[in-house]
Amino acid sequence: MKILVAVKRVVDYNVKVRAKADGTGVETANVKMSMNPFDEIAVEEAVRLQEAGKAKEIVAVSLGVTACQDTIRTALAMGADRGVLVETDVELQPLAVAKLLKAVVEKEKPDLVILGKQAIDDDANQTGQMLAALLGWPQGTFASKIEVGAGAVTVTREIDGGLETVALKLPTLITSDLRLNEPRFVKLPNIMKAKKKPLEVLKPADLGVDIAPRLITLKVQEPPKRQAGIKVDTVATLVDKLHKEAHVI
Amino acid sequence: MSILVIAEHDNAALKSATLNTVTAATQIGGDIAVLVAGQHCDAVAQAAAQVAGVKKVLVADAPHYANQLAENMAALVVSLAGGYTHILAPATAAGKNTLPRVAALLDAAQLSDVIKVESPDTFVRPIYAGNVLATVRSSDKIKIMTVRGTAFPAATATGGSASIEPVPVAADAGVSSFVGQQLTKSDRPELTAAKIIISGGRGMGNGENFKLLEDVADKLGAAVGASRAAVDAGYVPNDYQVGQTGKVVAPELYIAVGISGAIQHLAGMKDSKVIVAINKDEEAPIFQVADYGLVADLFVAVPEMSKELDKLKAAG
Repeated sequence: MKILVAVKRVVDYNVKVRAKADGTGVETANVKMSMNPFDEIAVEEAVRLQEAGKAKEIVAVSLGVTACQDTIRTALAMGADRGVLVETDVELQPLAVAKLLKAVVEKEKPDLVILGKQAIDDDANQTGQMLAALLGWPQGTFASKIEVGAGAVTVTREIDGGLETVALKLPTLITSDLRLNEPRFVKLPNIMKAKKKPLEVLKPADLGVDIAPRLITLKVQEPPKRQAGIKVDTVATLVDKLHKEAHVI
Repeated sequence: MSILVIAEHDNAALKSATLNTVTAATQIGGDIAVLVAGQHCDAVAQAAAQVAGVKKVLVADAPHYANQLAENMAALVVSLAGGYTHILAPATAAGKNTLPRVAALLDAAQLSDVIKVESPDTFVRPIYAGNVLATVRSSDKIKIMTVRGTAFPAATATGGSASIEPVPVAADAGVSSFVGQQLTKSDRPELTAAKIIISGGRGMGNGENFKLLEDVADKLGAAVGASRAAVDAGYVPNDYQVGQTGKVVAPELYIAVGISGAIQHLAGMKDSKVIVAINKDEEAPIFQVADYGLVADLFVAVPEMSKELDKLKAAG
């Protein structure tokens, strides 16, 4: 089985993002960038499937600026075999990403595509579902467990009321949720090895995809700040204040 | 303008998230149709027809909609999409699963987690875990969006008199099938609909200790939630998680117990009306958003709170 994983370069999850003063976007200059945490989980799952003898090859794909090569190298250091970067400076929205990935999938012909369920920058939670739709494939979103069988995959999904299990015919697409696995730490020798793994660079035009943004961001601003309230000394005071002052109990 | 709202339901009852989404549709303006796709879902269709502001209820009743698999739901919605200017779904697990598929098939972008309607083509949505709000205009002919329930009041569940019309069912895509589900059983209110929530974090130590919170929750008629740390540690099931990628809640009262307050958790609860934090670490970031903070050992404070609530009740 061949697996394709998509990885996104995002502002690191520990960074508290600020809106630019002119409201045109968020401050990303001199900010630490990392692989989207959900995509790390996707890569980890692919590598585990390979280690279990269920997958032959893992291709890591990223889309965006040249620096996304770093994100691909991280995936290669985790265990992916080779990388593909679709390079562009244009702002990519989920629909454009799904279209580009569809073109890459048609070229690479994987049996399984795994993506993070959501990128922690735009919080869209769309790309996997859109890609599955464009390919006409089934989808197992918000996956917390994957079992690969013959011709089909069983996916346990995190839903609002608990867990749901679905059976999906291959080829199929899965988006990872938090509990799917715990990604490994990358070891230095693997980082060195990853530098030698092949990384192909394509342009959107090579893939014949229109990536023009459909959504226009008019303004970006920070929400009103919540002010810290008071500290109380005792539980009795707390309950009294909630009752008599805040009127919530 | 003409708006299609995809109903959230379990074939037996219409979920309240649908009502918040109808309010968002009302703010956009135009005729509102609600799609109820399921199996033996008559009761849901009847309930949807009563919702104030709804003009028409479309019912697709077939075995392959019973579990609302995204592949089948998307094909159905796309078959009905002609003539609508907007398609809305609640930003729930089901809405998030299905709607991007619809958008891609209609070659339209999607706006996720809309929290404000500025105009029929311009909306506000949170990005970066809600640290930033983006005002976004859609240039697509059809606007497709999921709606964050906590940002819109629920439409009145009664008083409406919409017509109910069956619609042709689309074919079963046949690529996916429902195997089973494990739903957390609870008599407490649902997290996203509760007026009071008491949540526990890593400080709870283990799942057994969540009984302390359940005890208080039952006295307050509250739901019990958790931080990601508590869910990852296996203390409670995944559906308890409040946060950026879990549930987003905005109750009247949110009590955070043993939760440090990572930005990912704050993203899920900072719009609560009153926030209480109980934590033994006075430096915990949760205190920066709390209206009432109590620096204390939760294992002493929570049982004491339970007793104080008894006293309050006894005092009438």
